[in-house]
Amino acid sequence: MIWDKEHECMQRKKMEELQLERLKWSVERAYDKIPFYRIKMDKAGVRPSDIRSLSDVRKLPFTLKDDMRDNYPFGLFAVPMKDVVRIHSSSGTTGKPTVVGYTKNDLEVWSDVCARFISAAGVTSEDIAQVAFGYGLFTGGFGLHYGLEKVGVSVIPAASGNTQRHLMLMQDFGSTALICTPSYALYLGEAVNEAGIKGKIKLKHGLFGAEPWTNQMRLEIEEKLGLSATDNYGLSEIIGPGVSGECREEKNGMHISEDHFLVELINPETLEPVEFGERGELVITALTKEAVPVMRYRTRDITRLNPEPCACGRTTMRMERVHGRTDDMLIIRGVNVFPSQIESVLLEIEGTEPHYMLVLYKDGIMDALEVWVEVSETIFSDKMRELRQLEETIKTRIQNVLGISIKLKLVEPRTIARSEGKAKRIMDLRNAETAQ
Amino acid sequence: MKVKQLSIFLENQSGRLAEVTGALGEQGVSIRALSLADTSGFGILRLIVNDIATAQKVLQNKGFTVRETEVIAVEMPDSPGGLAGILSVLAGAGINVEYMYAFVQKSQDNAVVIFRIENIDAAIEALQAKGIKLLTADEVYTI
Repeated sequence: MIWDKEHECMQRKKMEELQLERLKWSVERAYDKIPFYRIKMDKAGVRPSDIRSLSDVRKLPFTLKDDMRDNYPFGLFAVPMKDVVRIHSSSGTTGKPTVVGYTKNDLEVWSDVCARFISAAGVTSEDIAQVAFGYGLFTGGFGLHYGLEKVGVSVIPAASGNTQRHLMLMQDFGSTALICTPSYALYLGEAVNEAGIKGKIKLKHGLFGAEPWTNQMRLEIEEKLGLSATDNYGLSEIIGPGVSGECREEKNGMHISEDHFLVELINPETLEPVEFGERGELVITALTKEAVPVMRYRTRDITRLNPEPCACGRTTMRMERVHGRTDDMLIIRGVNVFPSQIESVLLEIEGTEPHYMLVLYKDGIMDALEVWVEVSETIFSDKMRELRQLEETIKTRIQNVLGISIKLKLVEPRTIARSEGKAKRIMDLRNAETAQ
Repeated sequence: MKVKQLSIFLENQSGRLAEVTGALGEQGVSIRALSLADTSGFGILRLIVNDIATAQKVLQNKGFTVRETEVIAVEMPDSPGGLAGILSVLAGAGINVEYMYAFVQKSQDNAVVIFRIENIDAAIEALQAKGIKLLTADEVYTI
């Protein structure tokens, strides 16, 4: 079902007119109300009146995550606190967290854009949704929660963690939709199969987001939980979940709510725009945000854009599933490596659980990469010859995909910690060793 | 004539073998025979035990990767040429041995060797045709 036909199926020309009108409004407000943007725009020699066409957005300076940190906590708010009704923030594991606020209207918009991708995923008021995202400062739980309520879904705010309780709820409440990160979905899928209760659950829809995943992982989750999985995308700096999401019919790119978010794709090194079809870093300008307007935010997410209307009827631009984050990207002996590449290889090899860990260290002065892969019961053999062969196959395939040599280590299951939120798959010891 | 064997995947880490055998000992499972194949990174432990269901459950609960396979236990004279005789029967029938290991204890005065063979039915037929004694599962678990 299409939640908001008017905006999701808008003609390109009309959409661009709407975007331009909203862009002008947003830039003016940012300039007038937030000293940070005024100073930056003055420095760049650009005034709000210079925005006369959509492409004029490129005259504006970029906003980086560090800019948000530098203005911690409320420096980028455009409204007085009395108008702010909600505050969320990032985890701040790598420094000061980034803080975002929402006015009443911002929350309306947020639940509305979430309702769009929830509906696109096939979820309706007939469904019972189990939310396994964290509720708290993290935007995932609340964003989906209010979007689901708006659609009229029966929401179970189970929150993250406590896998046994999730299994119990799934069986006893008959949940038909599961909302969480893809890695936790996979974990739940394993737990369901271990407990032998696959026949007792009624899941039909899985809405997974908040971390990059691959199509193979989708198939694996769908098989384990017997549902149809769709991807959705968002980030707290912009709004939280709701920037874009896949349609159940096509599952070929995530539809962007373009009436609220103006997207650009740039080469992260030259900062020049890239063509449709090429990969680049996604840059987003929020067009309707009241509390925290955001101009040209560099998401660090690598994707591709597709402007073609979709067979599902929506005309909004689609973004490819996030290929990797510029800051997830590892540079190993000068080669760019995305953990998602390794994940794809593991999933292609039948039976291999995508539970892996990347360990980077220095071998002399050279970078070395060790990939740990868990040996599940499906791939384990009592014959040494077969296990050696498996080891060799995985190693060769990973080397072919990455273009660098690696070491492969088969490890016992559960050696690699399962996180119930975002998966931690990288251990980088290169600097630790130099420091010693 | 087939005997059930448990194989366990082990990382090459000190204490892993102790953990497996300790867990089995606590549950009163007795190990009748074992072999360990290893590389620098990992090992495969193969066990014949008196209570396979309990052993499997205990190890799986401990998070080990466990697999059950079928092997044969062949009785042979404990004298020079005993093993060679058996192997030549198998070779004569074109049957490959994946791996094998010996029982410590004897069955009466005879030695007992465990064979892991891909085509297990053909092996049983070939050996029995030559009058070679294969131990039943019950006989093996109670040696």
